[in-house]
Amino acid sequence: MYVAVKGGERAIENAHAWLAEERRGDQTVPELSVAQIREQMTLAVNRVMAEGSLYDPDLAALAIKQARGDLIEAIFLIRAYRTTLPRFGTSQPIDTESMACDRRISATFKDLPGGQVLGPTFDYTHRLLDFKLAADSDVTEAPQRDAPDRRMPHVADFLNREGLIEEAPHDDTEPRDLTREPLEMPADRPLRLQSLARADEGFILSLAYSSQRGYGRNHAFVGELRIGQLAVEMDIPELGFSIEIGEITVTECESVNQFIGSKTEPPQFTRGYGLVLGQSERKAISMAVVDRAMRWEELGEDNVGAPVQDTEFVLYHADNIQATGFLEHIKLPHYVDFQSELELVRKLRREAGAEQVQEAAE
Amino acid sequence: MTDQAYNFAYLDEQTKRMIRRAILKGLAVPGYQVPFASREMPMPYGWGTGGVQVSAAVMTTDDCFKVIDQGADDTTNAVSIRSFFKRTAGVKATTRTAEASIIQTRHRIPEDALTESQILVYQVPIPEPLRFLEPRESETRKMHSLEEYGLMHVKLYEDISRHGHIATSYAYPVKVEGRYVMDPSPIPKFDNPKLGDCPAIQLFGAGREQRIYALPPYTQVISLDFEDHPFDPSKADHACGLCGAEHSYLDEVIIDDAGGRMFVCSDTDFCRSRQEDGHKGKDAA
Repeated sequence: MYVAVKGGERAIENAHAWLAEERRGDQTVPELSVAQIREQMTLAVNRVMAEGSLYDPDLAALAIKQARGDLIEAIFLIRAYRTTLPRFGTSQPIDTESMACDRRISATFKDLPGGQVLGPTFDYTHRLLDFKLAADSDVTEAPQRDAPDRRMPHVADFLNREGLIEEAPHDDTEPRDLTREPLEMPADRPLRLQSLARADEGFILSLAYSSQRGYGRNHAFVGELRIGQLAVEMDIPELGFSIEIGEITVTECESVNQFIGSKTEPPQFTRGYGLVLGQSERKAISMAVVDRAMRWEELGEDNVGAPVQDTEFVLYHADNIQATGFLEHIKLPHYVDFQSELELVRKLRREAGAEQVQEAAE
Repeated sequence: MTDQAYNFAYLDEQTKRMIRRAILKGLAVPGYQVPFASREMPMPYGWGTGGVQVSAAVMTTDDCFKVIDQGADDTTNAVSIRSFFKRTAGVKATTRTAEASIIQTRHRIPEDALTESQILVYQVPIPEPLRFLEPRESETRKMHSLEEYGLMHVKLYEDISRHGHIATSYAYPVKVEGRYVMDPSPIPKFDNPKLGDCPAIQLFGAGREQRIYALPPYTQVISLDFEDHPFDPSKADHACGLCGAEHSYLDEVIIDDAGGRMFVCSDTDFCRSRQEDGHKGKDAA
């Protein structure tokens, strides 16, 4: 005798209890604190802040802990929290020339005002497992020097003095807000950059890579990459002037790209731009390359049908929260639709079978 | 008891107002997909975020809420959405179709006829009926505004020439009031006839795709077909094993290791009330 399945409610409760237990793991091992994650898993925290579009290292660390280290799940937690926050206003645009740089490199000039600053990079480490880290390890203090007391000029500005690179477009119109308006095509550059800044790092990386390999190639030099801290200022109407409301770390990449000129533009270098919350240079460089590739129309380049040139394709598929939701939803029950497909396939097979029998008889 | 930290029904009033405007526009232009600034919800995209936002926007404290997934009240995601609104809005919940003032559904329309005092909210994965014929949103919007639906008819025609039938069994496209071609969400085509001339308001929410559309009461909704291949709302050719209903949509359930199977109503409330009224199917105890 068949009894219809019941008990979804209890199953869900039990699943949540088990999940909490699995999250904690072996209880004889000390529990991770949020501060430990924030301080020692910084780059994971940075990715969650960037793609979650919320600058709060403590919340990002908490989300990583709750998500058992699944960064997309952690990003989702942050996004769902972010959407409930009230908006007090908009900050002043940040001025990246005033950045206190931890790192600032240029691949186009050997030396330049402000100098090359390597900063805390993996770039020249040998990727050998450091077994000392498996035990407790003390860190020797890194050598220090005084921070240069100057603004860090942008490399592109030096090129601009000779007119060798396109003028950065200056536009004071308020950009559209991706999180408050539906995404509609065609998307202008501010909207595209907004979308890329919170886009999935892996997706943007692969698109940029595909462009480098020839699918919509625009050879990019890293004109400049900088990582550091910046003050965020906001106008307070009651005060009548702007005040500093906090400090954030960002990664900025400006690419310098070949451009042989078109019917309307003389030969000159062009720009791609990437800006990401936190320290994430892989994402910032990828973003600059993808941004530049999507500008083919405005620069009068050919559309060679490369994925990276297809703005609608890129923007509609770049958000990992949307992507993972829709992808994973296919594990939800679909028996009603499957049942109707079953009926259809049975019907078509019956008819195909009948035809074959008839052909054999003839 | 509602969670104090959140507004009634989770969304803030500004967001609800924005969604209500989209709903009103949708009702004014039946079948037209209205873009709206969908919010990130505390459940994943694909789990019914569009339906949840629409339900939250129309919900009042006097409402009685029912959620079904695949026709059933006790499937896990239906349980989860029901408890979300119990928690954030404190509204009454029910499993009885007749008692509910808002019914949120995934993939089915209840068997019992709806009334003028009810709102049916559909969860929609892909709102664009032309999406699998033309992947570009910029193109499909143009096709709708020019009423250019030839591609859809060609697709249905090709189905017939290849298979002898229109090979679409769910999310079967409809034409609304002779104007917009609309995706009824992935309901089986068996449910399509219930879309038209329905006394209840029908609202469709697609969260990830940021679209809302609507059917006001008593709207004309016609499933696309050809004169010589009329629309056929087929279902499994069986009666319900538990309640004996012959005209309800059925789920096929595998009941033993030998692959033995039986058919039961997908609408669990419909099936239960029939059994309570003394109807018995051949497999009932």
